[in-house]
Amino acid sequence: MELALFIPFAALALAGGLGVIASGRAIHSALSLLLVLSSLAVLYLLLGAQFIAVLQVIIYAGAIVVLFLFVIMLLHMATGEPAARGVRPWRAGATVAAALFFAALLSAVIRTRATADLGVAPAVGFGTAEAVGRTLFTRFLLPFELASVILLVGIIGAVVLAKGSLTLRVHAESRAADEAEEPREEALTR
Amino acid sequence: MVPLPAYLVLGALLFSLGMIGVLVRRNALIVFMSIELMLNSVNLTFVALSRHLASMDGQLAVFFTIVVAGVEVVVGLAIIVEIFRSRATVNLDDVDLLRG
Repeated sequence: MELALFIPFAALALAGGLGVIASGRAIHSALSLLLVLSSLAVLYLLLGAQFIAVLQVIIYAGAIVVLFLFVIMLLHMATGEPAARGVRPWRAGATVAAALFFAALLSAVIRTRATADLGVAPAVGFGTAEAVGRTLFTRFLLPFELASVILLVGIIGAVVLAKGSLTLRVHAESRAADEAEEPREEALTR
Repeated sequence: MVPLPAYLVLGALLFSLGMIGVLVRRNALIVFMSIELMLNSVNLTFVALSRHLASMDGQLAVFFTIVVAGVEVVVGLAIIVEIFRSRATVNLDDVDLLRG
């Protein structure tokens, strides 16, 4: 029963992963990423991690992919793959490196002799929001607080990145007031 | 019952795919999505081992990975938009000021 769900969704995740790295347009990559993320959410459900599966759908498939799509739409004039220089040997080398890395991971999996089954059946309530929250607010309290600090830093960083360039640009324009517009337009149409 | 190594091998495959994407693609947005792919493959490994060990710790690690990935996407996409504004490109080969 679980295998009947695992095989198609694992295949979907792999197909989506291929789509992310192989599709020509960024928007197709984003939609393939969405496919990977939702397939992984199903696998999390199979593994008894209900809360993580919900988080995956809400945060990854909801917020992060939408943010990617926003930026792709915003920059749509330049999202095609640019002509990379010296691409052929570089691409083959990268693929070989990734294949070697996969072989290393595979040998690690084999060497651990991980038992074929998934161990004991999880206790009742394993992976629910209650269990995650209970662990979060007891043993992982300090990392939880640090995560809030990281989120705050991320918000401030995004605002600074969006606003800081404005002040720089105003400064540069006031410094070279009479020839400010022409070079910028040239740079944008180039 | 799905064996544990099936999940681990799937995670390794997805991670290798993301690695190829980071190394081969030159579009900054697609490189970024490949990084997300690698993060997710590690998350899958965490959840599978959490189930195997019947311990919640792996799922908590995934929770924090998702938080950090969210922040990373926000800041990284802001940087990409900023690079596009100032240089009108998202090609990583054109952004080499620090290469020396």
